[in-house]
Amino acid sequence: MNKYLVNLKINNMPISVEEGTTILDAARQLNLRIPTLCHHPDLSVAGNCRVCVVEVKGARLLAASCATPVSEGMEVFTNSEKVRIARKHIVELLLTEHNADCTKCFKSGNCELQDLATEYRIGDHVFLDIVKPQSKIQDISSPSIVKDDSKCIRCQRCVRTCDELQGLTALAVTNKGDHQKISTFLNKPLNDVVCSTCGQCINRCPTGALTEHTNIEEVWNAIYDPSKFAVVQTAPATRIALGEDLGLTPGERVTGKMVSALKRLGFNKVLDTDFTADLTIMEEGTELLTRLKKILVEKDDSVKLPMMTSCSPGWIKFQEHMYPDLLENLSTCKSPQQMFGALAKTYYAEKINIKAQDMIVVSIMPCVAKKFECERSEMRDSGYQDVDFVLTTRELAMMIKQAGIDFNHIEEEHYDSILGESTGAAVIFGATGGVMEAALRTAYEIVTGREVPFTNLNIQPVRGMDGIKEASIKIKNVKPEWSFLEGVDLNVAIANGLANARKLMEKVKSGEANYHFIEIMGCPGGCLGGGGQPIPTSPEIRKKRAEAIYSEDANMPIRKSHENPEVVEVYEQFLGEPLGHKSHDLLHTHYRPRKRY
Amino acid sequence: MEKYLKKVDIIFEDTKALSCVNVLEKTLKRSPDEIILDLIDSGLKGRGGAGFPTGLKWKFTRNEDSDVKYVICNADEGEPGTFKDREIIDKVPEKIFTGMTICGYVIGAKEGYIYLRGEYNFLLKGLQTKLDKFNDMLKQKHIDFIIHLKSGSGAYVCGEESALFESMEGKRGEPRNKPPYPTVAGYNSKPTVINNVETLVYTTMICHMGPEKFKELGTKDSRGSKVFSVSGDTPIAGIYELELGMPLNQFVEEFGDGDTKAVQVGGASGHCVPRKKFNDTIIGFEGIPTGGSMMIFNSSRSMYNVLHDYLEFFTEESCGQCTPCRVGCQQLLKGIEAVKRGEKAPAYLDDLKKVTNTMKIAAKCGLGQSVGNPFNSIVDNFREEIIY
Repeated sequence: MNKYLVNLKINNMPISVEEGTTILDAARQLNLRIPTLCHHPDLSVAGNCRVCVVEVKGARLLAASCATPVSEGMEVFTNSEKVRIARKHIVELLLTEHNADCTKCFKSGNCELQDLATEYRIGDHVFLDIVKPQSKIQDISSPSIVKDDSKCIRCQRCVRTCDELQGLTALAVTNKGDHQKISTFLNKPLNDVVCSTCGQCINRCPTGALTEHTNIEEVWNAIYDPSKFAVVQTAPATRIALGEDLGLTPGERVTGKMVSALKRLGFNKVLDTDFTADLTIMEEGTELLTRLKKILVEKDDSVKLPMMTSCSPGWIKFQEHMYPDLLENLSTCKSPQQMFGALAKTYYAEKINIKAQDMIVVSIMPCVAKKFECERSEMRDSGYQDVDFVLTTRELAMMIKQAGIDFNHIEEEHYDSILGESTGAAVIFGATGGVMEAALRTAYEIVTGREVPFTNLNIQPVRGMDGIKEASIKIKNVKPEWSFLEGVDLNVAIANGLANARKLMEKVKSGEANYHFIEIMGCPGGCLGGGGQPIPTSPEIRKKRAEAIYSEDANMPIRKSHENPEVVEVYEQFLGEPLGHKSHDLLHTHYRPRKRY
Repeated sequence: MEKYLKKVDIIFEDTKALSCVNVLEKTLKRSPDEIILDLIDSGLKGRGGAGFPTGLKWKFTRNEDSDVKYVICNADEGEPGTFKDREIIDKVPEKIFTGMTICGYVIGAKEGYIYLRGEYNFLLKGLQTKLDKFNDMLKQKHIDFIIHLKSGSGAYVCGEESALFESMEGKRGEPRNKPPYPTVAGYNSKPTVINNVETLVYTTMICHMGPEKFKELGTKDSRGSKVFSVSGDTPIAGIYELELGMPLNQFVEEFGDGDTKAVQVGGASGHCVPRKKFNDTIIGFEGIPTGGSMMIFNSSRSMYNVLHDYLEFFTEESCGQCTPCRVGCQQLLKGIEAVKRGEKAPAYLDDLKKVTNTMKIAAKCGLGQSVGNPFNSIVDNFREEIIY
């Protein structure tokens, strides 16, 4: 349907925009910035903070520009006297219910309210401080997320994030008036409700009301402790986003600089989660083929299809709460982070002659659910907690700043060996569809002896930012031992964001879907949009990060997991074979149903 | 021409003598456009307080192209000091049902809802019985319309029409952004007419007696009569139907106790009129409009306490979503307390008045927008009572 053009004037400047455009977006087209707080490009319009109010000629009320569509002949003023007074009042009022102890706030320097207060030079407060003392008691129950109600400005971005993007309502609005707050079911601690720990709420909180449970100090202590051997691993999606917190623009690849910075921070070894991403493909790919064989050849109906990926700990916790009857469909593979931890404190510790109890494994992750994951009781197969501390991409940037490292001029370095070698297949784990693509590159070749039939190995149908993607690949001319797969259409599906995961799960549950393999990433866009990534986030920013990930892949000398020489070596020297005895002990896990309340 | 207080009997006119069925049958023989013209001609404006012309509201909704439309009777009578809808619901519910059915016919709706205030649950059973009878009658007469009852849960803000829709849809009762207006997207995002209880009764009565007779009452800007809830320092508290456009001094003469100091017109969210302004104040859309509440205060009352009570009420009943209302109400309440205690200078009241202006133009809904009415009118007229 063709949209009509609407003519209006903003600050006396004429503009024509499509019917339905908001005043806010029309103003942006004129390069006029109207401040916002409750508005977010990923979320529905709320129009509740009222910071974006503008004057419309002839109207009795100011209009919330984020929520008001343009109309023909409209005359808008974004900075009239009325607007300025109201807007300043609104910022002042927000500050009276906000614990504005900025210097002690984790978000200081990246806070939209702070920016606005600075912009409007809100000096001594005219109005009374109405922060409730009890609101200053933080909820630190979750290993991933810290909730501080005294910093909350009730913009409800977190509530909309949890509901609209993640299909959960772990956070919701409760009470009204002066008692209105963002809370959980029965006001329980965050750790006791259906929170997936994905941290998407953190990424969209304009203030410091929701932040990660930081582990920076513990990690510094480990680095400085001479009796400890500090090993660090870096997840695929960190290398294409870290720069954003250090003055670079979204989409810049900083792999070599990140490695170099980590070495300068004092880690004894800088290794790569990408290595265990490749290992995951070996285990998970074999698991898929084994499940197919058991079902198609042995007619073993105890084996469940579709098999679902298990790399994303937010997704796993979601599934444990919401679809406990589908837990057997989850791959038993641990996530790459946890495979790394288990191997580091066994195979690797032995190789470099360090006692496991003296080793501290730190992860740099785009994720806050990883903080929860590393504390799971299942994740102690080395005999110790396999991964000791998880830092978000944001926390790493803070440490780099604290250490006085000039990130932009630092020389690039390589990961240490072993557990530092990886392939293009591993780095694309950071984007939605990446695990699927990596698995297909390997599984197809195992079964047919040929590379996947896509130009430059780029399996385009599974790429892109759509919430749910489906693809089907015909398997032909297989090797004799895989004859049962001859002519089979391998049906796959991919979802990113838990609201999309829920849609897929409903299809699986109803029997409507006939997938063999499903990749789910808990966060929008996959790990590149993870809850531990630099703030802000938007579809635009995530698109740039994805482009960076795929160009990282394209530039790797090896692009298939099974060709990673260190992976080949670990099987030869230590693990034996995929799904073998040792793999089973160290690289696989199990899941548990969790209650909804 | 100055009006004199005149008692009227339209709303509660004996229903035995008046057959709603006859009114309905007679009206449904006319074309919807004729009915709309009559309503516009009558000058009837919404009796909930906001005063939107009823005929136009029906016309806009009729003009919307949609298979599904709704008629909603707003019976969430929550304004402090207002209790006239309760009486109407109790005494003449058939007139409400009839107005809703006529509206359904005019706009093309097949379903109507009465959203009854949570605290009026004691009316629910009786109302349901009468409603069942009415619905049966509609069925027998092959009139394709049915009315349902929904009970609110006690939030004041749910009387705001878009919050009411949210509540009816099972969501948290919070006002929506406007536009879209209910005539375009109301309940279930379908075109909806939402009228106050009393407004719907007047539509029935205008269809019965014709616009001319209705127009004989009231003034150019405020046609007809209105039901008032009279309370406070009066020997004859109760519900009265009076002609619109009367001067407040006549009202006080009739209802006051001889020592009236102020009248709060329009409930907590309305305006406080001091004695010295009684003579110049007209009750109507050209003067001070009201949803019906008239609270009379005599000289024994502390206007600080009155304002404090109102502000406590708004602080608690704000839905809390928008900044000007949520925080503004708290600042006003704590602000007058601070002035009273001497912790803030009297001039701080002027800072607070500026806040009410921001609330008036920047709050999301009528609740926050109107808190300045009582605040400014009490602070301006009784400043010394607030300070000392």
